[in-house]
Amino acid sequence: MPIANHHSSVPVIVDEDKCIADKGCTVCIDVCPLDVLWINEETGKAHMKYDECWYCMPCEADCPTDAVTVNIPYLLR
Amino acid sequence: MKINDIPVIETDVLVIGGGTAGPMAAVTAKEQDPSLNVMLLEKANVKRSGAISMGMDGLNNAVVPGHATPEQYVKEITIANDGIVHQPALMAYATRSFPMIEKLDSWGVHFQKDETGDYDMKKVHHLGTYVLPMPEGHNVKKILYRRLRRNRVQIENRFTATRLLKDPDGRIAGMIGVNTRTAEPIIIRAKAVIMATGAAGRLGLPTSGYLFGTYENPANNGDGHAMAYHAGADLANLECFQVNPLLKDYNGPACAYVTGPLGGFTSNAFGERFIECDYWSGQMMLEFFKELESGTGPVFLKLDHLAEETIEEIETVLHTNERPSRGRFHEGRKVNYRERMVEMHISEVGFCSGHSASGVWTDETGATTVPGLYCAGDMASVAHNYMLGAFVYGQICGESAVEFVKSRSEPKLDEDFIKTELERIQAPMKVTDGIPPEQMEYKVRRLVNDYLQPPKVTRKMEIGLERILAVREDVPQLCARDPHELLRAMEVQSIIDCAEMAARASLYRTESRWGLYHYRVDFPEQDDSEWFYHSRLFKDENGQMASGKRPIADYLVSLGEEKDAYRKMRVQKAANA
Repeated sequence: MPIANHHSSVPVIVDEDKCIADKGCTVCIDVCPLDVLWINEETGKAHMKYDECWYCMPCEADCPTDAVTVNIPYLLR
Repeated sequence: MKINDIPVIETDVLVIGGGTAGPMAAVTAKEQDPSLNVMLLEKANVKRSGAISMGMDGLNNAVVPGHATPEQYVKEITIANDGIVHQPALMAYATRSFPMIEKLDSWGVHFQKDETGDYDMKKVHHLGTYVLPMPEGHNVKKILYRRLRRNRVQIENRFTATRLLKDPDGRIAGMIGVNTRTAEPIIIRAKAVIMATGAAGRLGLPTSGYLFGTYENPANNGDGHAMAYHAGADLANLECFQVNPLLKDYNGPACAYVTGPLGGFTSNAFGERFIECDYWSGQMMLEFFKELESGTGPVFLKLDHLAEETIEEIETVLHTNERPSRGRFHEGRKVNYRERMVEMHISEVGFCSGHSASGVWTDETGATTVPGLYCAGDMASVAHNYMLGAFVYGQICGESAVEFVKSRSEPKLDEDFIKTELERIQAPMKVTDGIPPEQMEYKVRRLVNDYLQPPKVTRKMEIGLERILAVREDVPQLCARDPHELLRAMEVQSIIDCAEMAARASLYRTESRWGLYHYRVDFPEQDDSEWFYHSRLFKDENGQMASGKRPIADYLVSLGEEKDAYRKMRVQKAANA
């Protein structure tokens, strides 16, 4: 069966001006229990690659530069 | 040694799952015998994994001298769980819970104390006093992590276990799994294995429809239940589902342990209290469900009658601990505890001994029915175990595993089994035009909601089982584009296993018990003459899923005249009210 891509709005936002993932920081990526934060190959910054969030907040709480914001997923809002 | 060019990793004690029970088991094993190799394998990262990634706001079942005795506790939980408990296991917890609190206290975990320095116990349960708040409990995981480092436990993050290995004598021999970021397989030979993989929390679908908006951390998807089943271990009382009272659409618990002692309560639409006791039990959930469906529903958390400083205290705890995004959820809906009641609902179903009694059968030594395999925490069958139970049984399993490995030589591995399992792991990445794991997961979990969620009806459950088995037929079409999707593809196979187990276990017990958890409309009565047993679920000699009965061990504590206390949950109204 062919597969389509479908868009979804993701709850975790990373402020690229504040994010220092391009300097080697991987704190948010390390602490995510669902492994949904990855480095964006184009920007070198962290981003939410998979819409599989428990909105549990370690990524936001542990970020050393306050770059991460966890929103409530749209379906629950 | 290598199998298919994959080096076999050797360890003495392997712990699978680095949440709450797992780290305690690993630290205990090293404390008992520092010369042993102890490995802790975690699907995420031990620093922030499991049910308490952001900490915990209280101990629900603490047996503290001066407030309760182990005998009182064993009696209360036996009554709350309608008699179907293994009392020796409850007693082991009850007697070790206070030493564990003192150990955690000495490690720097903060529990609430009164002005005299005593633990500040609160009464939430129907009969006794067992709740100990921990408003500064957000650092539990950091403290556990320090202990793991100090005791030199070898940590392997981002590996998910997929199958347990056994030697020709049927004893545990290790595990096989896969890296969640690289899809590289891992084979570990171990003389003893402790599983602490948490609840099966991705079984039902939350009402929001968001797959990961579950009550349990969605990483806890029932891998351990499925692996134990395939290894031939008994599972127990799976039909005693976990169903919890939560905020509507938000996966945070609401009332009992935090707001109850401060004056908050569960109310109907008219602001009236309708249950006597907010401690989570099947009977309480049945009254909750009835009110929800009635003309005086839905159900609310009522705080708007409380003083400003009390509400501030509640907000501080609820919005910083365990589920700290709760404040944002309320903000988004313009809900303020001061102004209006907060709508509540029931959670999706799951297996979790933390709150009910369903899980892999474990006795008072943490042992399963497979020699050398131990289980602790939300996946083990010890009733109402919660976080402190995870710590106590982590410790018990650590001790038992160290004892087991003393006389154990190097286990022999079954290479054919390993090769078959490697093929199963690698299959989804070889399929291109197939079914993505997300779609298959949505489908099977939607079926669980439609057909297995209580109230349970025989014919509906039979249809549900048929539909779940049809999804299983689709597994060869599962496709994964990257290692992350492969993780989800392996998880959905465990979810299908758990869904089938949930259906078969629920069909087996032809009575109603545990309030809403196993409320079977066509068998509405509790039938002690036929069903005063643990139900067993296991793989029989033909590889089929089978059920059976396990006798209840002799009670250590008799129930006396309070035996029906949990049947009287509903607030009685005066005849002229």
